[in-house]
Amino acid sequence: MKIAIASGKGGTGKTLVSTNLFQIVRKAGKPVILIDCDSEEPNDQQFINGNLIDEQLVTQNIPVIDTDKCTYCGKCQEYCHYNAILVLPEIKHIQVVEDLCHDCGACLYACQYGAITEKEKMIGAITKFEVDERSSLYESRIEVGVYSSVPLIREAIKDAGNGHFAILDAPPGTSCPFIATVEQADYVVLVTEPTPFGLNDLKLSVETLQELKKPFGVVINRAGLGNNAVQEYLAENKIQLLAEIPFDRKIAASYSEGVLITDSLDEYRELFVQLYKTLEKKAS
Amino acid sequence: MKEIVVLSGKGGTGKSSLSAALATLASKIIVADCDVDAANLHIVLHPENYREEVYVSGQKAVIDYDKCTDCGTCMDYCRFDAIRLENGKYLISETACDGCQLCERVCPAKAINMVEHDKSRWYAGDITNGKMIHARLAPGEDNSGKLVNIVREQAREAANEIGAELILIDGPPGIGCPAISSMTGADEVVLVTEPTQSGMHDLKRIVELAGQFRIHSSVVINKYDLNTRISDELEKWCQYMKIPVIGKIPFDRSIVDAMVNCQSIIDWAPDSDISNEIKLIWNKLICHETTRSI
Repeated sequence: MKIAIASGKGGTGKTLVSTNLFQIVRKAGKPVILIDCDSEEPNDQQFINGNLIDEQLVTQNIPVIDTDKCTYCGKCQEYCHYNAILVLPEIKHIQVVEDLCHDCGACLYACQYGAITEKEKMIGAITKFEVDERSSLYESRIEVGVYSSVPLIREAIKDAGNGHFAILDAPPGTSCPFIATVEQADYVVLVTEPTPFGLNDLKLSVETLQELKKPFGVVINRAGLGNNAVQEYLAENKIQLLAEIPFDRKIAASYSEGVLITDSLDEYRELFVQLYKTLEKKAS
Repeated sequence: MKEIVVLSGKGGTGKSSLSAALATLASKIIVADCDVDAANLHIVLHPENYREEVYVSGQKAVIDYDKCTDCGTCMDYCRFDAIRLENGKYLISETACDGCQLCERVCPAKAINMVEHDKSRWYAGDITNGKMIHARLAPGEDNSGKLVNIVREQAREAANEIGAELILIDGPPGIGCPAISSMTGADEVVLVTEPTQSGMHDLKRIVELAGQFRIHSSVVINKYDLNTRISDELEKWCQYMKIPVIGKIPFDRSIVDAMVNCQSIIDWAPDSDISNEIKLIWNKLICHETTRSI
């Protein structure tokens, strides 16, 4: 069972929900993996301590041109959908723009002269921590300046295998990195906040998940802070409200120091126990 | 013409609330909402006289099963794991397909066609003191960086049209493709952070990115009083990195009240401490721009 914790809007509490849910499952003695798929800005490791057990570097292929064999015919440029190859036949110039390359292999197929080979370029790393004998944390972390975290996210989730209870802490938004995470999940928990921004972004996430035909429910974080429009929207559209985490400065203070609220604040432990029970039922 | 981009790395630190307030303070401005995944600024700035345009985000491969001979060549070549064999039939996952067109090229039966994705939109509208551009990337479509570029191009055109000297860009969270596109070629980056361990970690990554682009950055610490110890740490780190901290905004429910009432904090509570602090931030940004351009 893979559960993605996601939201359209950033900063709604994905990491808060992911890390505390992980802690509750772990403390219940159940095997669990937490995968931080927000590889642009991974934060789970600040809340979960574990022993480093493995670091796997993730690479992508980048074309390399052999200018002795290249005839500057321009076919690779024509085949490249991402404008990552620039050919100027008049002055016999060819250049690969590494940042734009999507590693599709079209240029390799295009070249009839065997002038293109590939090299590997590091785009990030997956670091694995053992938290206890039954639970672990995988962190995906993209190199600063790399455009797409999608290959890294796919690799991190693939590595988790099947059969575990896995929590995928998703990146914000509704585009490629979000899709790469939620498409691997059996169920999605959307975290939102009760404000117009929260509601607007929730609607966009709901629309996306409906298109992907993924089952999902909603957790409202900072409940009581804004208005009731999110609750009304959920009721109108018959979307399950999984839990409400109240707005509480104590939560903000605990979070700011990297401390799990299920460790520091007794009153919220039960909330996460109940959330876990609800999610466990989704699996069966 | 100056382009100032508001970014944060971490989401939810208050980019859009700050952008809305800064936009309200300008006499003439173009606002570009470059969070094309989850645009929110229009909720507060109420653009009117909308112009809506289609954005073709890319193409996706589609198999014509009348022609398909089930040879599997397409699956062999696809590097995005977008093609799978299910019950003897090759299927293309729309979300995994990157639109590279290689399968169309390698198919010996010419059974694959590329179909344009045209569900994304961008919008331009009038606001009281200028114009705003925003966009909506359709669910699951990619090339958000390209859409950001279109929003920015449109913003520049609108600035020329009405003679605005300033473009304010509200950026997306993260440090990937849309954040990079929002930052490229901008004159100044304002980084909004919050006093949490996560905020600090994420700030360091976005500062590194801004450094790669050699863009002048400054920092605003939002909700600074939620953890004054980490706020102090943030300030010290910024000092060490020679990044000016141009404002510290306290946490106050009025900023949420303003949002709930779909107004910027400047319109909602013009004389509040928060509004006064944001006016100072605005002055520092504008003055800094003048001193730098002299």
